[in-house]
This record gives sequence, C-alpha cells and structure tokens, in this order.
Amino acid sequence: MAVAALAPYEFQPRDLVENFAGKQLVYVSWDRHLLFAAPFLICLPPETPFQALVDGPLAQLLALDPDAAAIDWRAVEWLKAGKPFTPDFGRTLAENGIGHKTLLRFQTPGLNSVTAAA
Amino acid sequence: MDMKAPEKKLGIKERYRLLTRDLAWEPSYQSAKDIYPYLDYEGIRIHDWDKWEDPFRLTMDAYWKYQGEKERKFYAIIDAHAQNNGHLNITDARYLSALKIFLQAISPGEYAAHKGFARVGREFAGAGTQVACQMQALDELRHAQTQIHALSNYNKYYSGFHAFAETRDRIWYTSVARSFFDDAMSAGPFEFLIAIGFSFEYVLTNLLFVPFMSGAAYNGDMATVTFGFSAQSDEARHMTLGLECIKFMLEQDPGNLPIVQKWIDKWFWRGFRVLGLVSTMMDYMLPKRVMSWREAWEIYGVENGGALFRDLALYGIRPPKGWEDAGKAIDHMSHQFMLAFYQWRFGTAFHTWIPSDEDMDWLSAKYPTTFDRYYRPRWDYIRKAEAEGRPFKNFGLAKLCQCCQLPCVFTEPDDPSILCHRETVHRGETYHFCSDGCQAIFEDEPEKYVQAWLPMPQLFQAPLFGDLMAWMDWAHLKDGLDNGEYPASSDQQSFDRWRGLATSNT
Repeated sequence: MAVAALAPYEFQPRDLVENFAGKQLVYVSWDRHLLFAAPFLICLPPETPFQALVDGPLAQLLALDPDAAAIDWRAVEWLKAGKPFTPDFGRTLAENGIGHKTLLRFQTPGLNSVTAAA
Repeated sequence: MDMKAPEKKLGIKERYRLLTRDLAWEPSYQSAKDIYPYLDYEGIRIHDWDKWEDPFRLTMDAYWKYQGEKERKFYAIIDAHAQNNGHLNITDARYLSALKIFLQAISPGEYAAHKGFARVGREFAGAGTQVACQMQALDELRHAQTQIHALSNYNKYYSGFHAFAETRDRIWYTSVARSFFDDAMSAGPFEFLIAIGFSFEYVLTNLLFVPFMSGAAYNGDMATVTFGFSAQSDEARHMTLGLECIKFMLEQDPGNLPIVQKWIDKWFWRGFRVLGLVSTMMDYMLPKRVMSWREAWEIYGVENGGALFRDLALYGIRPPKGWEDAGKAIDHMSHQFMLAFYQWRFGTAFHTWIPSDEDMDWLSAKYPTTFDRYYRPRWDYIRKAEAEGRPFKNFGLAKLCQCCQLPCVFTEPDDPSILCHRETVHRGETYHFCSDGCQAIFEDEPEKYVQAWLPMPQLFQAPLFGDLMAWMDWAHLKDGLDNGEYPASSDQQSFDRWRGLATSNT
C-alpha cells in the first residue's frame, strides 16, 4: 500500500465494467484533429462489431469535422493503448481485444484542413 | 477624590500568550498518541512544537475588530449594489459566465478549506498551529459566505446562479475543484497544509483574486471587487501560515525534506490544473480585459513563485516537478478550455460564445506565438460553420483524467498539435490521465484515485444509463436557460432590455 494511512485503505474503483449494465466504455481520439477538444467517450456492448462502432457513433460524432467525409477507413492507422493495431472490421470489440476503457487512436496522414499550419 | 488608575493595557504578544496558554497542556490521563493520532503517520517528524511561531499572533478580539470593519464595508457595498441595480453597471452579461464558474467551482472550495482547517487545527499538537488554523478556518468560512452573499444579487436577475451547491457535486468542470479539496481533506494534517497553505494560497489565490478582481473592477462589478479584496487581505496571512509550516517541517528534521518535496510536486500540479478554469475566465470571459493569463502568470507565477522557490532552496527544496510543463502550457490553456466549453455548451451552467474579431485580435497580440497559428483557425472554422447553419455542437462526451478530473483537453507539452494521452494499468483496470503530472500523482498513491467519482463515466451507470436530460435535471441545470450560447440567451436579452430602460426614456 502506497498511501500513508492509519487503517487499511482499500476502495473499489467506481467505473468497473460490471457497473455498465452489459456495456463498456471505449475512448476514441482522432490524432491532430483538435476541433474536437478531447477523446470521445463511447459506451456500447462488447459484442458490437468494429464496423458498427465506426459507422455508428464514431461517424456521427466525427461528422462535424470538414475532413470526416474524406476518411478512408481502410487506410487509417490505428493505435490501441498506444501500440499499432489492425482492427478486424467484421469482428466484435471483444474479439479485437478492445476492453473496458481502452483508448483507440487513429491517424489520417495528409488530412487536416482546419489546422493544417500546425 | 482619588483618580482611578487606568488598567494597564496588555500588549498583543501578551494577549496572544494568554489566549494560547491553556491549549498546550501536558495530558495526564490520556496518552498524547490517543489525543493526536494523526501526527506521525505521514512520516513527518516534529521534535519541538514550541519552535513553531504564529507569525501573526492574531488574537480573537483583534480578529473581530479587523474582520468586522471589512464586513461593514462589504455589506454597505452589497446594499448599494442591490438598491441601485448594480447588476446593470457591468459591461455586459457575458461577464456573468466568469462569476458563475467562480460560484459553482471556487466558493464551495472556500467552504471545504474551512472544514479542513477546523479539522487540522484539532489534529496538530502545537498551540501556535492550533490557533492559526482556527483563525484560518474562520476566514475561509467568511470567504464562502461573503461570496455567496455578493453573488446572490445576480441570482435575482440571471440564470446559472441558483444551484451552485448541487452543480458543485454533479457537473463535470466543478468536479475538478471538488476533487482537489476532497483529496486535500482526505490527506493527513501536514499534507493538508501543503495542499491549501502552499498550493491553493500561493499558486491559486494570487492568480485568482488579484488579476481577476481587477477584471471585476474593470467590468463594473464592485460587489465582487469588495469580496475579492476582503478575501485577498486574509490570503497574505494564509500564505505566511503555509510557508511557516513548510519551513517548520524542514527545520525540525532533515528526514522531512523528501516528503515535503513530494507534496510540493503533487500540489503544485493539482493547483495548476484547477487554474485552467481561471485562465479562461480572464482571457475570454471578461468583456473588458485587464491583463492576459500569460501576463498574470509572469507576475504571480514566474516572479512570485520563482522568489518563493529561491527562498526554499536554502532548505534543499527545488521547484516543483511540473514547473517546466506548466510554463509550456501557459500559451495554450485558456484557448483549449474555451474551445472545450464552447463545443460542450449543452452541458455547462453558464454561457459561452465565439470570440469577436476584436477579441481575437487581442488574443493574438497577447499570445503572438500560438493564437493565430493554433487557435484562430479553429474559431474561424466554427464561426463559418455557424453562419452556414451548421453550428459546431460536439455531443460526444469526453475522456476524463483520473486524477484532476478535467476532460483530457491538453496537448503534448512540446507539440501543441496533438492531444496528450497517458494511461496506467493498475490491478487489471486501465486509468487515463491528461499529463505526466497527473499520471505521476496517481502512480504514487493509486489507492486514492481508483475510487474517484468521474462525472462522465458515472453518467452511463445506474440510475441514468446515459440519459442526458435526466442528468441535467439531477445536476439542476435548466436546459435552454443556464446553458448554450450567450447570443440570444435570456441573460443577454434581459440585460440589454433592462440596460436600455435604464439609459433611455422609452
């Protein structure tokens, strides 16, 4: 125990996956697209196909950016928990090894119309 | 007839001795350990409590006298504000967004500081520390009260002031200040004094009360100026108390140095993160601005903070670990925050707006190396989209930092074009952070932060399960009234109409 305390200091994390009624959190960030202030928090079942994450909540959220329509999803470079990752679009989040609170980052080199100078 | 000889008046030093003499007793039938159980578990070694001297030696009668005078002035100005429609003397109602953040996030912090000082006043063994903490507890309680009283006048006319106690616990940006104080209050007494006496008083209040209150004066809000300056005259005493306590710990035992340094590192960074809210208030929310956040930081951060660390270097203390990263963030933080507040304007109990050309020219003059390059293009795009009927509303919720609880809106210290992502796996759970500073704080005491109540992940758990409107009800946020853009808001309409009535014959 690293905390200095007079008595045992053990608490449950407040966002364990079992608290989400069969769903889980996934964080997604579009690198160098800072019109979006922070990575997105998305809550969905682990059985969701990767394709459905991209076509559903992600496409909806990204539509605000002028580059969104030009994303070639097959050419996107992905990072999962900071490491290069090739998703299988036909398989589920769980099958892709995307667990509760996993951060996915994706990069679209050459695509940056708003902050190109940066 | 005999003349009655006047009683000899006691000097302040003697009065202070009499006030404190019975506090420092030797226990006879209880052990000192039972009376003061929290004194040594943090590892701080104190050999002689009498060496701690209260630099102000303030006695209760002097306290009532000084504070009573300040309160009379304060309430006279509040009365005048109420009787003369002082709410119409402000520049315009955009200014109120800064006050709303202040009331929702900072005033409850004053109250938390009061509770903390009342507690540590009991937990310290020395009479000097006990009395000084008690005085500061009273100050903090007064600060919370005067702030709430001053701002309640605005609550009669404008939205967003009505439920600060609920918003404090439930809205995402207020959880930042709350977690700061919860962290301090669940620490030991010595760490609490570093958290508040050093971080909150030194790092925060100078930057909050001095430049921000000048901003209030510039924008015609004399009620806020009065509570600000009343509080600031106490803060000088509080800073001295914090500094005395740091020096006392360092002088008592060489083994205390690494513990104190670790706390200074931690609490500097936590304080700096809370300051993000203030940077936006200063750079964006004051219709008439006195100085930029960067200019305030130069004076109160670099100059004053630098002098403090030169002073503490005699004891072996070095500047806090996050000092360099903080310096790199100064040119970015207010812009990153305002862009975030603007795009999530559905979830704020205050209004935001797209800065005007004039505002942007000011920002570009104050931030010549960053604003035009990184931030103006985003605002330009957002304005264009708005004009074309595609308002930039980001309904995505954000990844929050497990430590400071802010949305992860910060970029890499050395690359402003990419967000800073940090994560740690602890006992099989993944935790995310906004910065190296927050990650290091977590990794030092993970037990403390795994239990953090984070507003956004919480929204997707029972009983709300992601229902945004139910969340608004629960947070006492009135959709369409408290939130959204300033143009066309009820605040803007009311202010313009009433001001028009006050300055015309129609």
